[in-house]
Amino acid sequence: MSLKPQSADWLLLWTLRCLGAIAGAIVIAIVIFLVLEALPVLQQVGIGRFVTDPSWHPAEGFYNLMPMLWGTLLAMGGSVLIATPLGILSAIFCQYYAPKWLANLYRRLIELLAGIPSVVYGFWGLVVLVPLINRLHPPGTSLLAGIAILTIMILPTIALTADASFTKIPSSYLLGAASLGLSRWGTICGIVLPAAKSGLFTGVILETGRAIGETMAVLMVCGNVVQTPHSLFDPIRTLTANIALEMAYALGNHRSALFVSGLVLMGAIALLVVIAEAISQEEIYG
Amino acid sequence: MKNQQKYTALAVTLSLGMLLSACQQNSPKTQLTLTGSSTVAPLTSEIAKRFEAKHPGVRIDVQTGGSSRGLADARSRLANIGMVSRNLKGNETGEFQSFAIARDGISIILNTNNPVKILSNEQILNIYQGKIENWKQVGGKDAPITVVNKAEGRSTLELFLGYFKLENSQIKADVVIGDNQQGIKTVAGNPNAIGYVSIGTAEYDIERGVPIQLLPIGGVEASTKTVQNGTFPLSRPLLLVTAKPPSGLTKEFIDFAQSQEVYDIVKQQNFVPIATKNVAKTSVR
Repeated sequence: MSLKPQSADWLLLWTLRCLGAIAGAIVIAIVIFLVLEALPVLQQVGIGRFVTDPSWHPAEGFYNLMPMLWGTLLAMGGSVLIATPLGILSAIFCQYYAPKWLANLYRRLIELLAGIPSVVYGFWGLVVLVPLINRLHPPGTSLLAGIAILTIMILPTIALTADASFTKIPSSYLLGAASLGLSRWGTICGIVLPAAKSGLFTGVILETGRAIGETMAVLMVCGNVVQTPHSLFDPIRTLTANIALEMAYALGNHRSALFVSGLVLMGAIALLVVIAEAISQEEIYG
Repeated sequence: MKNQQKYTALAVTLSLGMLLSACQQNSPKTQLTLTGSSTVAPLTSEIAKRFEAKHPGVRIDVQTGGSSRGLADARSRLANIGMVSRNLKGNETGEFQSFAIARDGISIILNTNNPVKILSNEQILNIYQGKIENWKQVGGKDAPITVVNKAEGRSTLELFLGYFKLENSQIKADVVIGDNQQGIKTVAGNPNAIGYVSIGTAEYDIERGVPIQLLPIGGVEASTKTVQNGTFPLSRPLLLVTAKPPSGLTKEFIDFAQSQEVYDIVKQQNFVPIATKNVAKTSVR
């Protein structure tokens, strides 16, 4: 049986519409589920107490989430700040400075780094990194350990997306730069980076998403003490670690409060996406 | 026509057979669900395997989720049996039937590089409340103490807090951990850390060369022996609980879990079997 062109189009259109609707519905369903699960504690305790309570001790009725929000944002911010230049510079080296065999080997290594499961990073952090930091400044499990682990974990994301976006730069740009007699560094600064801007920006958004959502590795190296850190050596607990650590044992309001952690996390990510969207509209595509 | 009749007969026989076997599968007697404490779960799954081997056709489903979940599921009948790793509190004793299947002790662990070999309850209390912050103050090296505490909701934490009469908010922790293994790894990697874990798990790791040491509590050595003879103060029973007096398969399983037939499993899991007399006492309420 052969379809007429119009009916084939019609079939494709509706298949795509359905698939699109499913993808969108999943996100909405998750948000609705989070809100429904969080609702009991939001009604009984109120939103304000999640900001004003003296501490996070859900078993005793204290629900302050702010220290954990700070922990999440600081660990994320620190690792993105370090990983972004590192990743972009390593991609520049790979594309424009390294001999071909080294560049290929280097790319494979970075891909390998991307494939290591997060528990393995966490375990390595716990038995190697944490004791090292402990010698520097006890207790070792700290914001610094979290930032270090996250940096290693998100580095491949930014390095590989940067590498890919450099590859996509039309060779006529580079030939033009060469014919103008630009130096290699001049070409990179003046031509390559501006031309690859949108790709690099996507990489930063992706790595930020991975940093904010990472759970296991952070759970193992950050110490998980609920407090607003005053130095890099203070232990912190992230929102994701909070859910993973306590969900299996939580009941009633405690359980609901963990869903509120999830909601706050969703909110933080949504805010990031909105900010990223606004910047990219103005700076990159505008 | 004849063919059609044959097919109909075949279809009827097939569907009847399927219906019958479906009935057998759904019969409530052949499946047991146990949920609760992550400390008790590995032990019960081993016991369940042996029980299943002896009773073909029986399926036992063991799920973890903490003692609180065990109690909640037993109450709401989501599970036939709840697993609890602490003594029942207050009105729980009236609400549930409980059956002890083993005992477990909790003690303080330090890194083997820590010269401190004994701490009084007073000192432990002060360390966990942040009043003592340096090992020098309790006869050790001049080094800050890393206090390792458990995450909220864990029964080990509840038992520890109960024994030292503390609230979790009074504890000034440097590290908060999830399970026993994470605690042992943290202390093994930090010569200045202090933590508390299940004695069975700690003894098992010490035998395998992990650099940690178990400290006595209240002058009583921390070992499976002292837990078994009941002299070790910081210990807990591992319980199976039901909302109603057990009957049928549930009763059979509980009896089996308390019998001497499974003592080797209990010991294998680094817990301490309960003498049969104690069992009789706990099960009569």
